[in-house]
Amino acid sequence: MKIYLTDMQGQEHELEATEEWTLMEIIREGGIPILAQCGGSCACATCHVYIDPAWKSKLPDPNEEEIGMLDGTFDVTPDSRLACQIVFTKDLDGLKVKLAPGSV
Amino acid sequence: MMNNVAEGPVETDAVIIGAGPAGLFSVFELGLNDIKCHLVDILDKPGGQCAELYPEKPIYDIPAVPVCTGAELTERLLEQIKPFHPVFHLGQMAESLKKLPDGKWRLTTDAGTVIDARLVIIAAGGGSFTPKRPPIKDIEAFEGTSVFYAVRKKEIFRGKNLVVAGGGDSALDWSLNLQPIANHITLVHRRDEFRASPDSVSKMRALVAEGKMDLKIANFSGLKGENGMVSAVTLVDDAKNTAEVACDSILAFYGLTMKLGPVANFGLNLHENLIPVNTADFETSEPTIFAVGDINYYPGKMKLILSGFHEAALMAKKAFTYIHPDRRYRFQYTTSSSDLKGKLGVDKNAA
Repeated sequence: MKIYLTDMQGQEHELEATEEWTLMEIIREGGIPILAQCGGSCACATCHVYIDPAWKSKLPDPNEEEIGMLDGTFDVTPDSRLACQIVFTKDLDGLKVKLAPGSV
Repeated sequence: MMNNVAEGPVETDAVIIGAGPAGLFSVFELGLNDIKCHLVDILDKPGGQCAELYPEKPIYDIPAVPVCTGAELTERLLEQIKPFHPVFHLGQMAESLKKLPDGKWRLTTDAGTVIDARLVIIAAGGGSFTPKRPPIKDIEAFEGTSVFYAVRKKEIFRGKNLVVAGGGDSALDWSLNLQPIANHITLVHRRDEFRASPDSVSKMRALVAEGKMDLKIANFSGLKGENGMVSAVTLVDDAKNTAEVACDSILAFYGLTMKLGPVANFGLNLHENLIPVNTADFETSEPTIFAVGDINYYPGKMKLILSGFHEAALMAKKAFTYIHPDRRYRFQYTTSSSDLKGKLGVDKNAA
Protein backbone atom coordinates (compact mmCIF):
# COMPACT_ATOMS: atom_id res chain seq x y z
CA MET A 1 0.00 0.00 0.00
CA LYS A 2 1.15 3.53 -0.75
CA ILE A 3 0.71 7.14 0.12
CA TYR A 4 1.75 10.06 -2.08
CA LEU A 5 3.46 12.83 -0.17
CA THR A 6 4.23 16.25 -1.61
CA ASP A 7 7.17 17.88 0.13
CA MET A 8 7.81 21.59 0.73
CA GLN A 9 9.56 21.86 -2.65
CA GLY A 10 6.45 20.56 -4.38
CA GLN A 11 7.98 17.20 -5.25
CA GLU A 12 5.77 14.12 -4.90
CA HIS A 13 7.12 10.98 -3.20
CA GLU A 14 5.57 7.52 -3.28
CA LEU A 15 5.93 6.05 0.20
CA GLU A 16 5.31 2.52 1.40
CA ALA A 17 2.45 2.56 3.92
CA THR A 18 1.87 0.07 6.72
CA GLU A 19 -1.50 -0.56 8.27
CA GLU A 20 -1.97 0.78 11.81
CA TRP A 21 1.05 3.07 11.52
CA THR A 22 0.40 6.77 11.80
CA LEU A 23 0.86 8.99 8.79
CA MET A 24 3.69 10.73 10.65
CA GLU A 25 5.52 7.42 11.11
CA ILE A 26 4.99 6.47 7.46
CA ILE A 27 6.46 9.79 6.34
CA ARG A 28 9.41 9.55 8.73
CA GLU A 29 10.09 5.91 7.83
CA GLY A 30 9.90 6.87 4.15
CA GLY A 31 12.94 9.06 4.71
CA ILE A 32 11.17 12.40 4.36
CA PRO A 33 12.19 14.82 7.12
CA ILE A 34 9.25 15.76 9.33
CA LEU A 35 9.82 17.57 12.62
CA ALA A 36 7.26 15.78 14.82
CA GLN A 37 9.04 17.13 17.89
CA CYS A 38 6.87 15.48 20.52
CA GLY A 39 7.21 12.09 18.86
CA GLY A 40 3.54 11.59 18.09
CA SER A 41 1.75 12.45 21.32
CA CYS A 42 -0.36 15.28 19.86
CA ALA A 43 1.55 17.83 21.91
CA CYS A 44 3.46 20.06 19.49
CA ALA A 45 1.76 20.52 16.08
CA THR A 46 5.02 20.07 14.17
CA CYS A 47 3.66 17.30 11.92
CA HIS A 48 1.06 19.52 10.27
CA VAL A 49 -0.06 18.26 6.84
CA TYR A 50 -2.75 19.09 4.28
CA ILE A 51 -4.96 16.20 3.23
CA ASP A 52 -5.98 16.17 -0.42
CA PRO A 53 -9.64 17.31 -0.38
CA ALA A 54 -10.67 14.22 -2.38
CA TRP A 55 -9.49 12.03 0.53
CA LYS A 56 -10.84 14.02 3.45
CA SER A 57 -14.12 12.15 3.72
CA LYS A 58 -12.25 8.84 4.16
CA LEU A 59 -10.62 10.05 7.37
CA PRO A 60 -12.23 10.02 10.79
CA ASP A 61 -12.81 13.56 12.05
CA PRO A 62 -10.10 15.07 14.23
CA ASN A 63 -10.78 14.97 17.98
CA GLU A 64 -10.87 18.05 20.24
CA GLU A 65 -7.25 17.60 21.23
CA GLU A 66 -6.00 17.60 17.63
CA ILE A 67 -8.15 20.63 16.73
CA GLY A 68 -6.77 22.41 19.79
CA MET A 69 -3.17 21.58 18.89
CA LEU A 70 -3.68 23.08 15.43
CA ASP A 71 -4.16 26.42 17.24
CA GLY A 72 -0.42 26.34 17.87
CA THR A 73 0.58 26.21 14.23
CA PHE A 74 0.30 28.42 11.17
CA ASP A 75 -1.20 28.32 7.70
CA VAL A 76 -4.06 26.22 8.98
CA THR A 77 -6.70 25.50 6.34
CA PRO A 78 -9.82 23.29 6.35
CA ASP A 79 -7.54 20.53 4.97
CA SER A 80 -5.14 20.73 7.93
CA ARG A 81 -4.48 17.68 10.08
CA LEU A 82 -1.72 16.43 12.36
CA ALA A 83 -0.03 13.44 10.72
CA CYS A 84 0.59 11.75 14.08
CA GLN A 85 -3.16 11.50 14.68
CA ILE A 86 -4.06 9.73 11.43
CA VAL A 87 -3.84 5.95 11.57
CA PHE A 88 -3.33 4.32 8.21
CA THR A 89 -5.94 1.77 7.12
CA LYS A 90 -6.53 -0.16 3.86
CA ASP A 91 -9.12 2.44 2.84
CA LEU A 92 -6.36 5.02 2.71
CA ASP A 93 -4.24 3.19 0.11
CA GLY A 94 -3.23 5.89 -2.38
CA LEU A 95 -3.81 8.81 0.05
CA LYS A 96 -2.46 12.12 -1.16
CA VAL A 97 -1.05 14.47 1.44
CA LYS A 98 1.16 17.56 1.50
CA LEU A 99 3.59 18.75 4.17
CA ALA A 100 2.64 22.11 5.70
CA PRO A 101 5.15 24.82 6.66
CA GLY A 102 6.25 24.31 10.25
CA SER A 103 6.54 20.54 9.92
CA VAL A 104 10.03 20.57 8.44
CA MET B 1 14.17 23.99 45.14
CA MET B 2 16.30 27.03 44.68
CA ASN B 3 16.30 29.30 41.65
CA ASN B 4 19.47 31.26 41.73
CA VAL B 5 20.16 34.59 40.11
CA ALA B 6 23.79 35.08 40.90
CA GLU B 7 25.83 38.28 40.80
CA GLY B 8 29.40 37.11 40.23
CA PRO B 9 30.60 33.84 38.69
CA VAL B 10 29.25 30.75 40.46
CA GLU B 11 31.68 27.89 41.07
CA THR B 12 30.52 24.30 40.89
CA ASP B 13 31.72 20.85 39.83
CA ALA B 14 29.29 20.32 36.97
CA VAL B 15 26.88 22.52 35.09
CA ILE B 16 23.97 20.73 33.47
CA ILE B 17 22.29 22.36 30.48
CA GLY B 18 18.66 21.27 30.54
CA ALA B 19 16.48 20.33 33.51
CA GLY B 20 14.41 17.62 31.83
CA PRO B 21 14.43 13.99 33.00
CA ALA B 22 17.98 13.32 31.73
CA GLY B 23 19.36 16.46 33.37
CA LEU B 24 17.55 15.84 36.65
CA PHE B 25 18.65 12.22 36.90
CA SER B 26 22.22 13.31 36.10
CA VAL B 27 22.11 15.27 39.39
CA PHE B 28 21.33 11.99 41.17
CA GLU B 29 24.09 9.93 39.56
CA LEU B 30 26.64 12.73 39.90
CA GLY B 31 25.54 13.31 43.50
CA LEU B 32 26.23 9.69 44.43
CA ASN B 33 29.72 10.34 43.10
CA ASP B 34 30.20 13.48 45.23
CA ILE B 35 29.83 15.85 42.30
CA LYS B 36 27.87 19.05 42.88
CA CYS B 37 25.63 20.45 40.16
CA HIS B 38 24.00 23.59 38.91
CA LEU B 39 21.35 23.39 36.20
CA VAL B 40 20.36 25.91 33.55
CA ASP B 41 17.04 25.74 31.71
CA ILE B 42 15.24 28.13 29.41
CA LEU B 43 11.86 27.16 30.85
CA ASP B 44 10.75 28.76 34.11
CA LYS B 45 10.25 25.31 35.65
CA PRO B 46 12.14 21.98 35.68
CA GLY B 47 10.89 19.01 33.65
CA GLY B 48 11.77 19.91 30.06
CA GLN B 49 9.38 18.38 27.52
CA CYS B 50 7.59 16.53 30.35
CA ALA B 51 6.69 19.89 31.87
CA GLU B 52 6.11 21.89 28.72
CA LEU B 53 4.68 19.53 26.13
CA TYR B 54 2.88 16.81 28.03
CA PRO B 55 2.54 17.49 31.77
CA GLU B 56 -0.87 15.81 31.87
CA LYS B 57 -0.15 12.94 29.49
CA PRO B 58 0.58 9.46 30.81
CA ILE B 59 3.99 7.81 30.35
CA TYR B 60 3.96 4.00 30.49
CA ASP B 61 7.58 3.04 29.85
CA ILE B 62 9.45 4.14 32.95
CA PRO B 63 10.80 0.93 34.51
CA ALA B 64 8.82 -0.11 37.60
CA VAL B 65 6.43 2.82 37.23
CA PRO B 66 3.47 1.41 35.29
CA VAL B 67 2.06 4.86 34.67
CA CYS B 68 2.80 8.46 35.59
CA THR B 69 2.25 11.81 33.90
CA GLY B 70 5.00 14.12 32.69
CA ALA B 71 4.36 16.37 35.69
CA GLU B 72 4.47 13.44 38.13
CA LEU B 73 7.73 12.14 36.66
CA THR B 74 9.26 15.58 37.14
CA GLU B 75 8.02 15.82 40.74
CA ARG B 76 9.41 12.39 41.57
CA LEU B 77 12.79 13.17 40.05
CA LEU B 78 12.95 16.43 42.01
CA GLU B 79 12.14 14.49 45.18
CA GLN B 80 14.82 11.91 44.35
CA ILE B 81 17.58 14.50 43.82
CA LYS B 82 16.69 16.66 46.83
CA PRO B 83 19.52 15.20 49.00
CA PHE B 84 22.05 16.62 46.53
CA HIS B 85 20.81 20.24 46.72
CA PRO B 86 21.02 21.09 43.02
CA VAL B 87 20.87 24.79 42.19
CA PHE B 88 18.56 25.78 39.34
CA HIS B 89 19.01 28.77 37.05
CA LEU B 90 15.63 28.83 35.34
CA GLY B 91 14.18 30.99 32.60
CA GLN B 92 17.66 31.37 31.13
CA MET B 93 19.29 30.10 27.99
CA ALA B 94 22.82 28.73 28.00
CA GLU B 95 24.34 31.18 25.59
CA SER B 96 28.09 30.75 25.41
CA LEU B 97 30.74 28.37 26.61
CA LYS B 98 34.44 29.08 26.83
CA LYS B 99 37.42 27.32 28.29
CA LEU B 100 39.25 29.11 31.10
CA PRO B 101 43.06 28.97 31.47
CA ASP B 102 42.73 26.52 34.40
CA GLY B 103 40.79 24.06 32.22
CA LYS B 104 37.40 24.84 33.69
CA TRP B 105 34.43 25.83 31.53
CA ARG B 106 32.69 29.18 31.83
CA LEU B 107 29.04 29.03 30.86
CA THR B 108 27.20 32.32 30.43
CA THR B 109 23.42 32.56 30.15
CA ASP B 110 21.37 35.15 28.29
CA ALA B 111 20.35 36.52 31.70
CA GLY B 112 24.00 37.18 32.52
CA THR B 113 24.51 34.32 34.99
CA VAL B 114 28.10 33.08 34.83
CA ILE B 115 28.90 29.54 35.98
CA ASP B 116 32.42 28.16 36.19
CA ALA B 117 32.51 24.37 36.25
CA ARG B 118 34.99 21.59 35.65
CA LEU B 119 32.38 19.58 33.73
CA VAL B 120 29.56 20.42 31.35
CA ILE B 121 26.66 18.00 30.93
CA ILE B 122 24.49 18.79 27.92
CA ALA B 123 21.03 17.35 28.57
CA ALA B 124 19.23 19.76 26.30
CA GLY B 125 16.76 17.32 24.71
CA GLY B 126 15.36 18.74 21.48
CA GLY B 127 17.01 22.09 22.17
CA SER B 128 15.83 25.33 23.72
CA PHE B 129 12.12 26.02 23.86
CA THR B 130 11.57 29.25 21.98
CA PRO B 131 8.34 30.98 20.93
CA LYS B 132 6.93 29.88 17.58
CA ARG B 133 7.46 32.66 15.10
CA PRO B 134 4.62 33.25 12.65
CA PRO B 135 5.88 32.44 9.11
CA ILE B 136 5.42 36.01 7.95
CA LYS B 137 7.93 37.56 5.64
CA ASP B 138 10.32 40.00 7.36
CA ILE B 139 8.66 39.61 10.77
CA GLU B 140 12.16 39.49 12.32
CA ALA B 141 12.61 43.17 11.46
CA PHE B 142 9.74 44.05 13.82
CA GLU B 143 10.60 41.72 16.72
CA GLY B 144 11.42 43.46 19.96
CA THR B 145 10.18 46.84 18.70
CA SER B 146 6.54 46.23 17.79
CA VAL B 147 6.16 42.44 17.55
CA PHE B 148 6.50 40.48 20.80
CA TYR B 149 6.12 36.85 21.90
CA ALA B 150 5.99 37.55 25.63
CA VAL B 151 5.18 40.45 27.92
CA ARG B 152 8.20 41.60 29.90
CA LYS B 153 6.85 45.01 30.87
CA LYS B 154 3.13 45.74 30.69
CA GLU B 155 3.77 49.49 30.47
CA ILE B 156 5.10 49.35 26.92
CA PHE B 157 1.55 48.49 25.79
CA ARG B 158 -0.06 51.52 27.45
CA GLY B 159 -2.11 53.49 24.93
CA LYS B 160 -1.27 51.05 22.14
CA ASN B 161 -3.48 49.64 19.44
CA LEU B 162 -2.63 46.05 20.05
CA VAL B 163 -3.30 42.86 18.11
CA VAL B 164 -3.09 39.71 20.22
CA ALA B 165 -2.85 36.48 18.20
CA GLY B 166 -3.59 33.00 19.56
CA GLY B 167 -6.30 31.02 21.30
CA GLY B 168 -4.76 29.66 24.50
CA ASP B 169 -4.37 30.93 28.04
CA SER B 170 -1.49 33.27 27.23
CA ALA B 171 -3.45 35.05 24.50
CA LEU B 172 -6.58 35.31 26.66
CA ASP B 173 -4.84 36.26 29.90
CA TRP B 174 -2.79 39.00 28.28
CA SER B 175 -5.75 40.35 26.33
CA LEU B 176 -7.65 40.71 29.62
CA ASN B 177 -4.65 42.02 31.49
CA LEU B 178 -3.70 44.67 28.94
CA GLN B 179 -7.23 45.70 27.99
CA PRO B 180 -7.47 48.40 30.69
CA ILE B 181 -4.20 50.09 29.70
CA ALA B 182 -4.11 49.61 25.92
CA ASN B 183 -5.99 52.03 23.70
CA HIS B 184 -7.58 49.14 21.82
CA ILE B 185 -7.15 45.38 21.62
CA THR B 186 -8.05 43.05 18.77
CA LEU B 187 -7.81 39.36 19.55
CA VAL B 188 -7.17 37.21 16.48
CA HIS B 189 -7.78 33.49 16.53
CA ARG B 190 -8.36 30.99 13.74
CA ARG B 191 -11.61 29.60 15.18
CA ASP B 192 -14.32 30.75 17.53
CA GLU B 193 -13.28 28.34 20.27
CA PHE B 194 -10.54 28.80 22.81
CA ARG B 195 -8.37 26.35 24.72
CA ALA B 196 -8.18 28.53 27.78
CA SER B 197 -9.75 28.70 31.22
CA PRO B 198 -13.55 29.08 30.82
CA ASP B 199 -13.48 32.07 33.15
CA SER B 200 -11.04 33.98 30.88
CA VAL B 201 -13.09 33.05 27.83
CA SER B 202 -16.31 34.42 29.33
CA LYS B 203 -14.57 37.61 30.49
CA MET B 204 -13.19 38.11 26.99
CA ARG B 205 -16.61 37.50 25.42
CA ALA B 206 -18.18 40.02 27.78
CA LEU B 207 -15.63 42.69 26.79
CA VAL B 208 -16.28 41.97 23.12
CA ALA B 209 -20.04 42.22 23.69
CA GLU B 210 -19.57 45.58 25.44
CA GLY B 211 -17.50 46.82 22.51
CA LYS B 212 -14.39 47.16 24.70
CA MET B 213 -12.29 44.86 22.54
CA ASP B 214 -12.56 43.17 19.14
CA LEU B 215 -12.41 39.52 18.24
CA LYS B 216 -11.54 38.45 14.70
CA ILE B 217 -11.84 34.83 13.62
CA ALA B 218 -9.09 34.51 11.03
CA ASN B 219 -5.47 33.54 10.47
CA PHE B 220 -2.73 36.09 10.91
CA SER B 221 -1.24 36.17 7.40
CA GLY B 222 0.90 39.26 7.01
CA LEU B 223 1.90 42.61 8.38
CA LYS B 224 2.58 46.12 7.17
CA GLY B 225 4.89 48.75 8.52
CA GLU B 226 8.39 50.12 8.29
CA ASN B 227 11.48 50.79 10.41
CA GLY B 228 10.49 48.10 12.88
CA MET B 229 7.07 49.63 13.55
CA VAL B 230 3.97 47.78 12.38
CA SER B 231 1.01 49.73 11.05
CA ALA B 232 -1.44 46.91 10.28
CA VAL B 233 -1.88 43.15 10.21
CA THR B 234 -3.53 41.29 7.39
CA LEU B 235 -5.93 38.48 8.20
CA VAL B 236 -7.37 35.71 6.08
CA ASP B 237 -10.26 33.46 7.05
CA ASP B 238 -11.06 29.91 5.94
CA ALA B 239 -13.18 31.24 3.07
CA LYS B 240 -10.08 33.18 1.92
CA ASN B 241 -11.62 36.57 2.72
CA THR B 242 -8.90 39.01 3.67
CA ALA B 243 -9.09 41.91 6.08
CA GLU B 244 -6.72 44.45 7.53
CA VAL B 245 -6.55 45.66 11.11
CA ALA B 246 -4.61 48.83 11.89
CA CYS B 247 -2.33 48.45 14.92
CA ASP B 248 0.99 49.55 16.33
CA SER B 249 1.90 46.47 18.40
CA ILE B 250 1.46 42.72 18.03
CA LEU B 251 1.64 40.01 20.67
CA ALA B 252 1.72 36.52 19.14
CA PHE B 253 1.14 33.44 21.33
CA TYR B 254 1.46 30.22 19.34
CA GLY B 255 3.29 28.19 21.96
CA LEU B 256 6.87 27.03 21.96
CA THR B 257 9.06 25.04 19.63
CA MET B 258 12.48 23.50 20.19
CA LYS B 259 15.63 24.74 18.50
CA LEU B 260 19.19 23.60 19.16
CA GLY B 261 20.22 27.23 19.66
CA PRO B 262 23.62 28.40 20.94
CA VAL B 263 24.73 24.85 21.87
CA ALA B 264 25.44 24.52 18.14
CA ASN B 265 28.25 27.06 18.60
CA PHE B 266 29.98 25.34 21.52
CA GLY B 267 32.60 23.88 19.19
CA LEU B 268 31.39 20.29 19.45
CA ASN B 269 31.07 17.86 16.55
CA LEU B 270 27.45 17.62 15.45
CA HIS B 271 25.51 14.94 13.59
CA GLU B 272 22.24 16.33 12.14
CA ASN B 273 21.85 18.73 15.09
CA LEU B 274 22.65 15.99 17.61
CA ILE B 275 25.85 15.60 19.61
CA PRO B 276 27.81 12.41 18.93
CA VAL B 277 29.09 10.67 22.06
CA ASN B 278 30.86 7.44 22.79
CA THR B 279 28.74 4.87 24.56
CA ALA B 280 31.26 3.98 27.26
CA ASP B 281 30.92 7.29 29.09
CA PHE B 282 28.78 9.64 26.95
CA GLU B 283 31.59 12.11 26.58
CA THR B 284 31.53 14.31 23.46
CA SER B 285 34.36 15.13 21.07
CA GLU B 286 35.57 17.53 23.78
CA PRO B 287 36.89 15.91 26.97
CA THR B 288 34.96 16.98 30.14
CA ILE B 289 31.87 17.84 28.07
CA PHE B 290 29.20 15.12 28.15
CA ALA B 291 25.85 14.78 26.40
CA VAL B 292 22.97 12.67 27.72
CA GLY B 293 19.34 12.18 26.72
CA ASP B 294 17.64 13.08 23.44
CA ILE B 295 20.35 15.52 22.39
CA ASN B 296 23.06 12.89 21.93
CA TYR B 297 23.70 10.54 19.06
CA TYR B 298 25.32 7.11 18.84
CA PRO B 299 24.60 4.04 16.72
CA GLY B 300 21.40 2.42 17.95
CA LYS B 301 20.25 5.47 19.94
CA MET B 302 16.61 5.42 21.01
CA LYS B 303 15.09 8.67 22.22
CA LEU B 304 13.52 7.29 25.37
CA ILE B 305 13.59 8.76 28.86
CA LEU B 306 15.03 5.51 30.14
CA SER B 307 17.98 5.81 27.72
CA GLY B 308 18.78 9.17 29.31
CA PHE B 309 18.77 7.59 32.78
CA HIS B 310 21.18 4.84 31.72
CA GLU B 311 23.43 7.36 30.00
CA ALA B 312 23.53 9.55 33.13
CA ALA B 313 24.84 6.64 35.23
CA LEU B 314 27.71 5.87 32.86
CA MET B 315 28.49 9.55 32.41
CA ALA B 316 28.77 10.03 36.19
CA LYS B 317 31.31 7.22 36.50
CA LYS B 318 33.65 9.01 34.07
CA ALA B 319 32.84 12.39 35.64
CA PHE B 320 34.10 11.03 38.98
CA THR B 321 37.58 10.50 37.51
CA TYR B 322 37.78 14.19 36.57
CA ILE B 323 36.43 15.62 39.83
CA HIS B 324 38.14 13.21 42.22
CA PRO B 325 41.33 12.14 40.40
CA ASP B 326 42.93 11.24 43.72
CA ARG B 327 40.17 8.80 44.69
CA ARG B 328 39.55 5.28 43.49
CA TYR B 329 36.15 4.74 41.88
CA ARG B 330 34.09 2.38 43.98
CA PHE B 331 31.12 0.61 42.44
CA GLN B 332 28.33 0.44 45.02
CA TYR B 333 24.62 -0.27 45.31
CA THR B 334 22.27 2.11 47.09
CA THR B 335 20.59 -0.95 48.64
CA SER B 336 23.62 -2.03 50.60
CA SER B 337 26.15 0.79 50.74
CA SER B 338 26.07 2.77 53.96
CA ASP B 339 28.22 5.36 52.18
CA LEU B 340 25.54 5.94 49.51
CA LYS B 341 22.74 5.76 52.06
CA GLY B 342 24.50 8.49 53.99
CA LYS B 343 24.62 10.69 50.89
CA LEU B 344 20.93 10.07 50.32
CA GLY B 345 20.18 10.90 53.96
CA VAL B 346 18.37 7.60 54.49
CA ASP B 347 20.83 6.17 57.02
CA LYS B 348 21.60 8.56 59.84
CA ASN B 349 24.34 6.32 61.24
CA ALA B 350 26.26 6.18 57.99
CA ALA B 351 29.31 8.22 57.27
